[in-house]
Amino acid sequence: MSILQKASGTPMKTAVIVFPGSNCDRDVQVALRESMGSEPMMVWHGDASLPDADLIVVPGGFSYGDYLRSGAMAAQSPVMRDVVAKAKSGVPVLGICNGFQVLTECGLLPGVLMRNANLKFLCIDVFLRTEAANTAFTQGYDQGQIIRIPIAHHDGNYFADDDTLKRLNDEDRIAFRYVNEDGSKGNGGNPNGSIDDIAGILNNTRSVLGLMPHPERMSDAAMGGDDGRAMFDGLVAALG
Amino acid sequence: MKATVHVTLKQGVLDPQGKAVQHALESLDFGGVDSVRQGKFIELELTETDPKKAKAAVEEMCKKLLANTVIEDYRVDITEG
Repeated sequence: MSILQKASGTPMKTAVIVFPGSNCDRDVQVALRESMGSEPMMVWHGDASLPDADLIVVPGGFSYGDYLRSGAMAAQSPVMRDVVAKAKSGVPVLGICNGFQVLTECGLLPGVLMRNANLKFLCIDVFLRTEAANTAFTQGYDQGQIIRIPIAHHDGNYFADDDTLKRLNDEDRIAFRYVNEDGSKGNGGNPNGSIDDIAGILNNTRSVLGLMPHPERMSDAAMGGDDGRAMFDGLVAALG
Repeated sequence: MKATVHVTLKQGVLDPQGKAVQHALESLDFGGVDSVRQGKFIELELTETDPKKAKAAVEEMCKKLLANTVIEDYRVDITEG
């Protein structure tokens, strides 16, 4: 039994959505298992409804082969209707990489992820500054903390119109920004051309986070770093 | 009836693929190309026989799936046959 389990004694319940083409679902499964001490539920995309969960994760990958636009087909899949309904009722949802693209396509998060500005698929470690440490997803980090997390995407160039961008800034909804290792801006710290160096954003109730970098791929020292682990440990502390 | 849909990036949204194509054309000595914008072309065969209803239906499809209206515009043309 993990000491991080709920006070009531029931383990925290998490659901990981699996689409045809998801390829980070098992990485997330392992990261959640390590932090929660219990097994996440893996939910197939064709299921019409989700089991009750304290947290829903939409993982990375290439759902439906990125047909039409990244995340566009997955956003219309049966299970996502229930994810949207549950998110609207307050269940926390974490979207990573393709999961972030799916969450923008289904309207849970504003804006869109466009083709990387340099047109290349980028598979590198990047540095992020924690801009909003006051959420269930980010409470494992200090405000302003710089973390190293990998990205692996072709379409991570975040774009939103001026009004949306102003709202995100005014409402403190930018969770992570791309920076250089020393926390400075410019000089290639922003790998994909994202507007305002945005790497991850929150919805207006701070219960949905979408981010392009992969914390689950940096959640064990054996992977070369564990800066991502604090996200999962923080979620367990907040929701478990 | 047949519907053809053009999905293009909105004016003001940077199109790095279009830019790359433009540069490739320049390197092939095709002069005088001021700008290239790349988009998608989608054809739909419809059972609907009323052109007005067909257009309305396809526009709804564009809003819900075929285009992402945050960054894309769409144009629907309906033709007989």
